[in-house]
Amino acid sequence: MEIEGERLISAEEIDRHEAAGIEALRAASREPIPDPDAWLSTEIKRNLLFTTVDYAINWARTSSLWTLIAFTACCTFEFIGTSSSRFDIARFGMEVVRASPRQADLLICGGTLTWKMAPQIKRLYDQMAEPKWVVAMGACAISGGIFRDSYAVVPGYNRLVPVDVYIPGCPPRPEALLAGIEQLRKKIRKESITQRR
Amino acid sequence: MTTELSISDTAARLKAHFGEGVAPAGDGLATSPELLPRVAGYLRDTAGFDFDFLDMMAAVDYADRFELVYRLLSLKHNHTLTLRVNCDKNKAVVPSLAGLWQGADLQEREIYDLFGISFNGHPNLKRIVLWEGFEGHPLRKDFKDGAYGAGD
Repeated sequence: MEIEGERLISAEEIDRHEAAGIEALRAASREPIPDPDAWLSTEIKRNLLFTTVDYAINWARTSSLWTLIAFTACCTFEFIGTSSSRFDIARFGMEVVRASPRQADLLICGGTLTWKMAPQIKRLYDQMAEPKWVVAMGACAISGGIFRDSYAVVPGYNRLVPVDVYIPGCPPRPEALLAGIEQLRKKIRKESITQRR
Repeated sequence: MTTELSISDTAARLKAHFGEGVAPAGDGLATSPELLPRVAGYLRDTAGFDFDFLDMMAAVDYADRFELVYRLLSLKHNHTLTLRVNCDKNKAVVPSLAGLWQGADLQEREIYDLFGISFNGHPNLKRIVLWEGFEGHPLRKDFKDGAYGAGD
């Protein structure tokens, strides 16, 4: 309440002051204040998603193809190059290279395989847990390459294990290996848990 | 730097002990399978030669004979010598040098595996690169790999 000079303000002025306050509050209160638990509905919208079991499982499988360390010859070095920082296989969740077949999903067959070594490779494949995939990398893994006619060389890994993707080259460059792995990922996305591999 | 021992000087020095059994042959000395252990032992243990290391050994398949080539190295004097031994194709047996130089052990097994030359007195003479039961010896000129190649 204001005092102008010696005069007290009148009762009408007090009433007008009160009315102005009420009008201002009314103008500011046109919408109800949200209930304290109103955020729940928006959070559920933001955090639930609907998909198929196959899609979710295949997404996980394609995003974590762990490779077994079982390389027999020089294609290995292209794989090492691929897994290093320049080509960066970690982009596909594959940087975890496993020394144990029990923890591996992917057998990349890199290099010439001799019959003397063949039982060990077959055994490693058999020890891998399902689901498992095989990539034949380079000419020797596909067909034995230039050593195909040798008495000592296995003419292609598909004599021993089922091969999903063949990557030609001698050796394939890291780009080719990545392209082959992308082909395998496409293949995995089409699989269903209801089908036996 | 490693030096090659003079062939004529070495041959003359060995002649005093082994007579006509050791003779110059190309870039090295040739001897017979019978004399090989004695010649090799002499080269290893005699002061001035001191060949304490078998650098490498190899086999060659000629039309009429097998030839074994030993490269000897003295780490003490840093000199080398080539020793050659001919052996009969029908009776391919040579004394083993694994007792003189341990390095001969695996190399003699490899030659046994791939050439089919036997080494008398070897402690563990069996195939090393190929598997037991493999037919034939692949580095022989007359080896036929029909049973093992892809066949196309």
